[in-house]
Parts: sequence; structure tokens; C-alpha cells
Amino acid sequence: MNILVLLKQVPDTTEMQIDKEKGTLIREGVPTITNPDDLAGLEMALRLKEKTGAKVTCITMGPPQAKNMLRELFAMGADDGILISDRAFAGADTWATSNTLAAFIKQIPYDLIIAGRQAIDGDTAQVGPQTAEKLGIPQITYVDDVIEFSDKKIVVKKALENTYEVLECELPCVITTLSTIAKPRYMRVRGISHAFERDIRTVGFDDLNIDPSIIGLKGSPTKVKKTFTKEVHQNLDVLHLDGKASARKVAEILLDMNFIGK
Amino acid sequence: MNIAEYKDIYVFCEERDGKIYDSSLELLGEAVRLVKDRPSINYKVVAIIIGNYSDELIDSAGHYGADHVIYLHNDKLNHYSTEIYTSLLMDLIKQDKPDIILIPATVMGRDLAPRLAARCDTGLTADATKLAFDPENEDSPLLYVTRPAFGGNLFGTIINETKRPQMTTIRPGVMERIKKDKSRKFTIDKREVEIDEIKDSVKLLDILKREVMAVDITKADIILSGGRGVGDNFDVLRECAEMIGAVVGASRGAVDKGFIDKDHQVGQTGKTVRPKVYIACGISGAVQHLAGMEKSDYIIAINKDPDAAIFSVANIGLVGDALEILPLLTEEIKLYRERPF
Repeated sequence: MNILVLLKQVPDTTEMQIDKEKGTLIREGVPTITNPDDLAGLEMALRLKEKTGAKVTCITMGPPQAKNMLRELFAMGADDGILISDRAFAGADTWATSNTLAAFIKQIPYDLIIAGRQAIDGDTAQVGPQTAEKLGIPQITYVDDVIEFSDKKIVVKKALENTYEVLECELPCVITTLSTIAKPRYMRVRGISHAFERDIRTVGFDDLNIDPSIIGLKGSPTKVKKTFTKEVHQNLDVLHLDGKASARKVAEILLDMNFIGK
Repeated sequence: MNIAEYKDIYVFCEERDGKIYDSSLELLGEAVRLVKDRPSINYKVVAIIIGNYSDELIDSAGHYGADHVIYLHNDKLNHYSTEIYTSLLMDLIKQDKPDIILIPATVMGRDLAPRLAARCDTGLTADATKLAFDPENEDSPLLYVTRPAFGGNLFGTIINETKRPQMTTIRPGVMERIKKDKSRKFTIDKREVEIDEIKDSVKLLDILKREVMAVDITKADIILSGGRGVGDNFDVLRECAEMIGAVVGASRGAVDKGFIDKDHQVGQTGKTVRPKVYIACGISGAVQHLAGMEKSDYIIAINKDPDAAIFSVANIGLVGDALEILPLLTEEIKLYRERPF
């Protein structure tokens, strides 16, 4: 069986800060990470591999440096990694991205496709379902657990606002995973050394049989008209004290506000 | 595609517990506001309801702002299905040519909207927080959709000039519903729909209750919150929180790293809180986090980095290691509580 995992390399948005003078994002020095929902999806795929012997292939679309991410995923235990990368694909919205991903996926065998629910840079949660639609296969989103997996079907637990649903779907299908589905394993030492020797296949525009009018920035129906940052107000009293004095300061504040009873 | 043929604002109405769900009522209210703001295009607010519901539910769409209700009915439609809903809505789009479709960014909406947008090959903007018609052209029905990105650090305004319908999902709790008015005039178009021919590969086996949230951080007076700076040491926070009568909160970074459960998350993608005191420990202060706590009455920030953005919203900032300070604070309060007088 073949499990494809769709992953994205993203800037670590929790590290992002605002340039207060310019009112813009500080992008320099922001580390990139594998998107958390995607990484949890890979962990789930690796667990299914351990049970069934399925082959796990990681697919990412992005700039050439996303290869580094794929090497880390090899070190976790992924069997294969493919980078879809071309200037023609750049600047794509979710629709154009899904067209590109689906055009490639149609060329290879698959039984189950796992995508993270959403990426932390865009937070759209759209690429998984849209890729499923473009492939003409069913989808289950917001998956929090895989209960059963065989060569014919998958049974999963989907998290809704106040309930869970247990859903069964025949294969092939797309599931999108929450970061809570499985805690990603660490890279294996032996895996790391192998990972750097691996060839990573890069797929470009010429490798896909795709209409150039449905990909990249030009093919995207949605356009970004403008961007702006939120104002952050300043109101500061920063103290440099030792630990004991700091603790006393906090205690005083809480006591002054009458939060601490006897 | 002849864009001029497409008209009106359609709102997808999600049902929950026998009623139209709040987030859809909010969208009806927003649609009413939008059409009022642009009288020149003379758009109607159209509610779309799919399923098998009471007359009262159907009428409530009109009472909350719809001029027209399209009710796609089938006795057997008693549960959401991605495939059936997508097929039915695709038929509706072909027939009725809506210019704008608003869908709540609930779990259901975020499952349905991308599937539908991909099927009709149109653009979709996710999780919008603000909608307006083109400010540069008074007769334009082009929708300007504003949404946060990069964890709330950046906002983008998105447009779709080339494809129809203009589709967007909208974050629950942001738009305002209008007051229910039973005297509002509206029309209902009930259509019996066939679903037997639609192939639905997903089978619902069971519905399970989710455990009641162990904590509700939105109701606490004091929140002691940790970020990635405290690492996998939330026990230190828990111990201190218990002593000072606080609940434990967390930044997205800490939750993503798996240090603590998502129920504790404060911020743009977590909960918005306004406690009397918010103590931020080892939280750098990404806008994503600030958005969820900056309205707290009093903010104490503890961070090793004197330039951390968290200090910009704090009433008092302490430069130091929260893991050193918190046990000392626990000790201080313990001594206070144990004092003999």
C-alpha cells in the first residue's frame, strides 16, 4: 500500500515579531519548521506503516530549500520524498496549489493521502479538501485518530466543535489531520546519516501535464490586494531584578489586589 | 464566464440542535449590512438551507435578515455529507448564479467550502474577519475580504476579479447578527432534491461526546500563562497557579510543541481572555498571542529577553527566568498563607 503525506515548510509564526517603527513583520532570522499538523500526519502515516508495511512518500511544494525539510522527514522514517518546485508554481493560492499537487499525484500510485489540516502561515485548511476534489476522491477533515486501516477502507475519529464522529471511508481518500493526532517522533541517528545521501526527486513544470493558466500566481483566482500589520501600543515598565525580588514584586501585586486570602 | 450574470449574496445556513447556528445568523446580519452599504447594485440576501427541518427553522432565516430562502429538502437528508452537500450546491450555483457565497468557518464550513470552490473552479478566501465592497468604485460588487495570516501577525485583503461566485468562509463570533424581527418580509423557495444518485463514500458509524473541557480559561480571574520559554516545565506553572489561585494558560508555541493541551491556548487561534491579572511567562509576544490577551485588566510579563514584544502590552515587565521566579513566588505566597497572624 502507498501512503502519501503532503507537508509544507513554513516560517515559525510563533517567533515572528513586529518592527514597531516600520509597522512590518520582521522576517529575517525567523526559523522554518515543518508545519505541525503535517508533521503529526506524517507520524500517523509512519505508525500505519509499522502496522501494515505501507510505503510512506512525503510530498512538498515549495522553494528548493524545502529539500532540507524532506531530509529531516527521511530521518524520521519516510521512505521517499518529492519536491514539487518551479518558478511557474510560485505565488499560487490554494486552488492553483491543489491543481499542481493533483497533477503530480495522478502520476503515482496511492491508497491514502494524509495532509495536515492547515498550515500555520496561511491557516486556510483548504489545500487538503481541494486536492481531494481535483483527484475526484473523498475526504475526511479534522481527523483526530485512525481507528482502523486496511487495504480497502479507513475508519477515523473526526473532531467537531462539541462532538466526535466516527467515520468510515473506502480507499483511496484524503484525510486531514490535527496536530493532536500523534506526537511526532524524533529523527533517528542512523536515519540522519542516510538522509543526507538520499536523492530527492524534484518535479518541475515540464514534468507535469498541466495547463499553465491554472497554476502559480497568474492562475490563482484570489489575489492579495494589500497587506498590513496590526498596531501594537507601547506602555512600559520593565524591571531588571534578581529572581527573589521579581517573585516578591509579583506577590505584592497579587496581595495588593486582594487575590491572596489566608 | 459572464460575471455580470451573477447576482446577490448567498449565505449557507448550518443547522445545530434544531436551529440555524449562531455563526450563520452572524453572516445573514453581515450580508444585510453589505447590501445596505451598496444600494446601487440592488442585491438580495439569500439563505441556503439543506436538509430536513421544521418550518420554524426555515422562517428564522427570514427573521434574521434573508430576503429569500432557498430550502433544498429531502426527507433522508438528516446528516451533513461532504459529497451530497457539494453536489447539491454545485447544481444550485449553476442554476441560480450567486455572485457571493458566505460560509461560516466552522468545522463543517471548512470541510464544505474548499471542496465546493474547487468543484466550481472559483477562488475561496478562508476565515475572513472583515468584508466590504470595492471602496474605489461605487457600483462594483467586488468583495474586499480581509483576513489574518501568519498567526495573526499580518492581515491581507483578498479579491477575486476573474471567477464567480466570490466565495469566503468567515470566522465565527466576528460579525454581528441583526435583531430577530418576525415582521420582516421574505420569500421561501422549497425544492425537493434527489440524493440517491449521489455517491457518498463516507459512512457515519457513530457520534461520540467530547469530554467536557477540564478548564475554562475564559472565566478565570488570574491566568498564569506559559510559552515556549518555559519548555516542557508546565508543572512549575501548575504548582504556582494552584498556590495563587490561577488557571494555567499557554501560547500557541507551547501547545504546538505538545507541552500542554489546546484547551489552555490563548490567542488568535486559541481563546480570547480578559482576566483581572494575566501573567505571561516565557512568552515572546507574537501578535497571534497578544490578540487573545491584550484586553486583560493587568498584565505581568516575565521574559529573559528585555526586547520581547510581550513587554509592549504589559503593565509591568520583569526581565528574568520564569522557571526561577515562579517557584520563588510559590514559596512567597506559601509563607504568606502560613503566617501566624
